[in-house]
Amino acid sequence: MLVDLLKLSWAGIKHRRLRSWLTMIGIFIGIAAVVSLVGLGEGLRVAITSQFGFLGTDSLTVTAVSPGFGPPGQGAVNPLKDDLMKKIESIQGVNTAYARIVESALLEYNDNQRMSYVGSVPEGHDRKSFETMLNLNIETGRLLRDSDKAKVVLGNRYSTEDIFGKPVEVGKEVLINGEPFIVIGILEKKGSFIVDGSILMNEQDAKELYNDDKTVDLIIVKVESEALVPQVQENVEKLLRKERGVKVGEEDFQVQTPAKALESLNQTLFAIQLFVYIIATISLVVGGIGIMNTMYTAVLERTREIGIMKAIGARNSMIFLLFFLESGFIGLVGGIIGTGLGFSLSHGLAFLARQAGFRLIQASVSPLLIFGSLAFSFSLGTIFGVLPALRAAKMQPVEALRG
Amino acid sequence: MKKSIIKLVKVWKTYKMGDVEVHALRGLDLEVMQGEFLAIQGPSGSGKSTAMNLVGCLDIPTKGTIFLDTHDISKLTESNLAQIRGRKIGFIFQQFNLINTLTSMENVMLPMMFQGFSEEKRRKRAIELLELVSLGDRLDHKPKELSGGQQQRVAIARALAVDPDVILADEPTGNLDSKTGDSVMDFLNKLNKEGKTIVMVTHDDELAQKAGRIVYLKDGQVITKEDRK
Repeated sequence: MLVDLLKLSWAGIKHRRLRSWLTMIGIFIGIAAVVSLVGLGEGLRVAITSQFGFLGTDSLTVTAVSPGFGPPGQGAVNPLKDDLMKKIESIQGVNTAYARIVESALLEYNDNQRMSYVGSVPEGHDRKSFETMLNLNIETGRLLRDSDKAKVVLGNRYSTEDIFGKPVEVGKEVLINGEPFIVIGILEKKGSFIVDGSILMNEQDAKELYNDDKTVDLIIVKVESEALVPQVQENVEKLLRKERGVKVGEEDFQVQTPAKALESLNQTLFAIQLFVYIIATISLVVGGIGIMNTMYTAVLERTREIGIMKAIGARNSMIFLLFFLESGFIGLVGGIIGTGLGFSLSHGLAFLARQAGFRLIQASVSPLLIFGSLAFSFSLGTIFGVLPALRAAKMQPVEALRG
Repeated sequence: MKKSIIKLVKVWKTYKMGDVEVHALRGLDLEVMQGEFLAIQGPSGSGKSTAMNLVGCLDIPTKGTIFLDTHDISKLTESNLAQIRGRKIGFIFQQFNLINTLTSMENVMLPMMFQGFSEEKRRKRAIELLELVSLGDRLDHKPKELSGGQQQRVAIARALAVDPDVILADEPTGNLDSKTGDSVMDFLNKLNKEGKTIVMVTHDDELAQKAGRIVYLKDGQVITKEDRK
């Protein structure tokens, strides 16, 4: 019976094709906005936090950026050379400088994949102080050593089964961007997204994985005391301008205190998210009212049809379901288109962002997000369809037959 | 003695038009016997359509009682009535009243769907019925692709779909030319001979003459009954 009513509802929508399409526009704009935003938001958070998070207030990060003019996507970023470390370390007030490779990575285990990021761990005498600075402690297994090759330490997040269906254990092999690595340790739980989701490997492995010998993504400068940070920041900038041959105001690099950078980026991200959510909500409400309007019109137009169906034995509940489902379908189809659009949009924008030099930005539209937005759009349709469907169900057959 | 299938006892139907009450039926007594071909005749405004709505369980009376197979149905809710008429009564309307978005076959299948017949059974029976009304080659045509006579034949097939006890025909030939109208009447007669109870509402004398019994209505009451067979 339900299947039959579904078919009948679907026929109704197909019959009023143009109107159904127009009605759906409101829904799919809203859904597309939500899907693309949530998809990108996840990617942005990974990007931002992996670069800047959890370094403390007595450190600075140096990154290469696009100088801010010229068309995007021309690969304008001039990467940082790995010989900078020694020069930065010679600046007064600098304790140590670590080179880090931070890249997005596709982690594969138990036939499941997950976007994450790889962070390199400096070798030699820097290793210990780096571990202390990030407060890295091991839960099972051990931390990396200089002699380790094709070995990784994973964040605590992967020790639960909800990422890959089963926990990743010490001694198991994982694939990172298709290359096999052996897991030698799992970090203690930090409660932070960044550390708990990270993949740590030796610098040499990271360089080989990303085919990159002479450049680094990020330099962390540890300053002797917090009070010296502004002074050191200025000197590092001076040094880099000289090294890279750029003038004041044309810098193709950024020297930042991580806490500050993270804060301002999060604020911007939040503002953008809020703005898009508001637009999406308005669009969905307007879309819902559009569905209601269309359904009221449909009920009115099909009054006679309702009368006929009642005359030949349709109960009120069936008439209700017929219009209720039809309304849900309009929402659902709108949702399918919207989700598809949002999926393409988030991946497209992430691609453009990577072309423009934000190499860590990955869109991640999870099955849950897709399923969730489809269920939501169907519910939206049905919610706004309740009143019209009730009106149809309550019609008296004799009056309805008069048309 | 033939069994009574539908019986209206002192039935009133009153409509409110603003402050004015209009009595469409004023204490109507009417009995439909199993297996008969009854014509309800009367001028427009005589209450014959209202009477048919009540006989067809499409509406409930303001006052009075209606018995269907000895069950009092005059106080039932719309959904219960729908269930009863879906099983017991087949409708044929003057304007055919097919659903334009559905094919002949789907139209005939619809009443069976409301009764929860399986898809396979519906399909099989719809084809049988459409073949019976000589439309076996028009299964996938939509009403707009059919002539008036063909549409009325689809409607007849639909009325027969759940094998109801009573066929109610409201001016079944009103929108057809006389030749097509005759063939529809012949078909109704044939159904009657096969045992179906038929109630036909018409204002046409000639048509009424083809029924087994005629009831004349005027001002919401029966004025004469004529038993012709």
